[in-house]
Amino acid sequence: MVGITAYGGYIPYYRINRKTIFGAMGWLDSATNVKGEKAICNYDEDTVTMAVAAAVNCLKGLDRNKVDGVYLASTTLPAIERQNAGVVATALDLRPNIRTADFAGSNKMGTACLIAAADAVKAGSAGSILACAGDARTGKPGSIDEQNYGDGAAAFLMGTEGVIASFDGSYSVSYDFMGHWMGATDEFGHFWEGRWVKEAGYVPFVIEAITGLLKKTNLQVKDLAKVIIPPINARDAETIVKKLKLEPNQVQNTMFDGIGDAGNASPLLMLAAALDEAKPGDRILVTGYGNGCDALIFRATDAIATYERAKPVAKLLSTKHEITNYNQYLTFRGVLPIETGIRGEELEAFPTQISRLWRERKEITALCGSKCKKCGTPQYPYQRICVNPECGAVDQMEWYRFSDKKGTLFTFTADNLAFTFNPPQAYGVIVFEGGGKFWFDITDCDPSKLEVGMPMEMTFRRKYLDKWRGLSGYFWKAIPIQR
Amino acid sequence: MAEGIRNKVAIIGMGCTRFGELWDKSAEDLMVEAFQEALQDAGIEKKQIEAAWLGHYFDEVNVGKTAALMSQTLKLPYIPVTRVENACASGSESLRAACYAVASGAYDIALAMGVEKLKDCGYGGLPQSAILTLLGTKSRFINPNRTAPGGFAMLATKYFAQYKLSPQEGKHAMAYISWKSHKNAVHSPKAHLRNEVSIEQIMKAPIIAWPLGLFDCCGVSDGAACAIVCRADMAKNFRPDPVYVKALQVGISSGEEMMFNNWDNAHIETTYRVAQKAYQEAGIKNPRQEISVMETHDCFSITELTEYEDLQISPRGRAKEDIESGFFNLDGQIPNQPDGGLKCFGHPIGASGLRMMYEIYKQLQGKAQEPVRQIKNPKIGLTHNMGGVPAANVVSVMIVGL
Repeated sequence: MVGITAYGGYIPYYRINRKTIFGAMGWLDSATNVKGEKAICNYDEDTVTMAVAAAVNCLKGLDRNKVDGVYLASTTLPAIERQNAGVVATALDLRPNIRTADFAGSNKMGTACLIAAADAVKAGSAGSILACAGDARTGKPGSIDEQNYGDGAAAFLMGTEGVIASFDGSYSVSYDFMGHWMGATDEFGHFWEGRWVKEAGYVPFVIEAITGLLKKTNLQVKDLAKVIIPPINARDAETIVKKLKLEPNQVQNTMFDGIGDAGNASPLLMLAAALDEAKPGDRILVTGYGNGCDALIFRATDAIATYERAKPVAKLLSTKHEITNYNQYLTFRGVLPIETGIRGEELEAFPTQISRLWRERKEITALCGSKCKKCGTPQYPYQRICVNPECGAVDQMEWYRFSDKKGTLFTFTADNLAFTFNPPQAYGVIVFEGGGKFWFDITDCDPSKLEVGMPMEMTFRRKYLDKWRGLSGYFWKAIPIQR
Repeated sequence: MAEGIRNKVAIIGMGCTRFGELWDKSAEDLMVEAFQEALQDAGIEKKQIEAAWLGHYFDEVNVGKTAALMSQTLKLPYIPVTRVENACASGSESLRAACYAVASGAYDIALAMGVEKLKDCGYGGLPQSAILTLLGTKSRFINPNRTAPGGFAMLATKYFAQYKLSPQEGKHAMAYISWKSHKNAVHSPKAHLRNEVSIEQIMKAPIIAWPLGLFDCCGVSDGAACAIVCRADMAKNFRPDPVYVKALQVGISSGEEMMFNNWDNAHIETTYRVAQKAYQEAGIKNPRQEISVMETHDCFSITELTEYEDLQISPRGRAKEDIESGFFNLDGQIPNQPDGGLKCFGHPIGASGLRMMYEIYKQLQGKAQEPVRQIKNPKIGLTHNMGGVPAANVVSVMIVGL
């Protein structure tokens, strides 16, 4: 049986209420008055970091050496040439002899990479594939996109061992339909009239894919426990629900009021939320809309009853902090060119040594240090001579991964002198469970609530943007464990 | 068994510029001023100097690589001149090199210079470059987005937690330290910041890096200081009151503080260890009783607070009592920072170690510039100069006497 063996979602910590956006930009277009809040990345997050966070949740407790591939779907991949899925795989400390691929160009690539992963496993060319989707689209200030778009990611491990939801088939339609589009050098996307997008594209394509899949699998609408229709705005998914005559309990919540339209991540986050609640035997149909539509059907197995989730979607939704200042939101998106001061300029103007990053990728990108085989001391970064003064063994080390270890906050500060896009800059010393300690930036926190001894975990983040060499520098930061 | 440096070298001349935001002065100007004062003080001619060292940190901000700029500026006649760097202890490193050269018998007279021109970087605080490279260029990838005050703020956070001090109690002890240094600096003509401030003002100041506020941080300054040293047995040929080197110790972090779990982050391990070696070298049994005057590295008030414990003057966790009882005031038992310290005299990195020694040298000779600052009959003086951050640092402790 081929299907989902593990999954995890990720929703960034920050939210902005759409009233805040409307309050700042509504004077321009009163039709942008939309209800609810949306999830937004911190300044140090992007699609790659969110995909890693989702994958960490997905892979919790699993042997990462058994992952044979990583697919990453997004229209907001940070790098054009430097495989983004490869960064995810390196950050996760996966084996190098795996298959990686970026899926880009449309919002149905999240579902497309689920199909591709399932097909690869079904064909026997891979034992398991980690299929990830993430998006962090920025709508132009004052546009309806700005209100609709939210950020998030999800990751699914497709395999044959311990399947919690079998993959029972898919059906796809593809059209060069430009409801939304974005050129290679565009800063923001473009869209055609909303009613046309709905009536000529979204509604008919999604229905065509669902109908096609049901026919192909000899199923009826009533056989479905949940149908996943990703939102493109606050209302239009409801039209599809009505046309298909779905019962209310068959409709998976779009989370539009809590996350927004998270592009490629939306159908996968909704699937994760559906699986959080699914019972053995439940059939879940998931669609992915964008230049056509994919439809996939999964059926929960008995194993879902005992599946342990690292962070259910409900927990991710409730772990949040609201930004009440629209200009701060624009700053996080990189839209507002704020004054960074000369200190901030110098921070950005320190070109990356690419060969060093490559040589030390396991330490930098994967947060691996060493563990002394003689005295058992974990240490970061990797040391050749043991740091334990009672030991001092030379070249008796094995690799030791810190990124998945919890720790406690040993000491900290909140620094107003350091330049950051989200001041004050919090950082501190983390002492890891099982040994080892190092100092890290602390992110996604209220600095006034930090306390010596509080439990912490690690999160993969963008440490800097190297504008000289056109790349994102990634590393790990600490965050308080949300109780 | 090594003999150590005790009584082998003497300081016979010193110079120190005014410290401050000296917008109209270059590093070259500052070196000339300090050097001319030292030559006159020692009563020697330039040609008698056989070797020289330059202590300096931010070469990229001002003086560049090597000591060629110093040699050419001072017109040193084809003698060996070497630039040394050990973070904020660079000035003490240059003095150590000059003392070792003389003690070895290689030279009779040597010069130690320290200079820093910080105020050409364009912003407050220290230049960013040091932070990105303290432990090599890998720091760019893996170190937090930290600053100097943030590094020491983490010392304060943990000290407060470890000794169960409320932020208010901890900040009060730190405020007393800065209050005392401001008071002393009023009578210190070459100091950068020469105003008194109240404890209340200090405690209410804007936060730089929690829990450190503005007045918990030292001045960022331009300045230079230098020393001329010679063989101890010839020192009285130059002046009646040479100051003899009794101990000269340096230690640097081993990686345990940064990476091993045995350091409490509430003290400076190097200071503790280096002080023990220095006391042994100088033959000091009870530092609390025997030291007459100190200049310790008060880059931040919390640094000075923990030093009292690491220098084994105050018991662990109880420096606050000594501080608040006035033990380290100008009229206390061991006056510290009689010239205002880094806090108020200012901190031009490479010059600071030599500036500390300048004050101790003058105090021992009874020549503090304003009589109100002169300590009565000092016998033994100590300088403590530290660089880096609590988790990765270098410490120098020097003890001198008449």
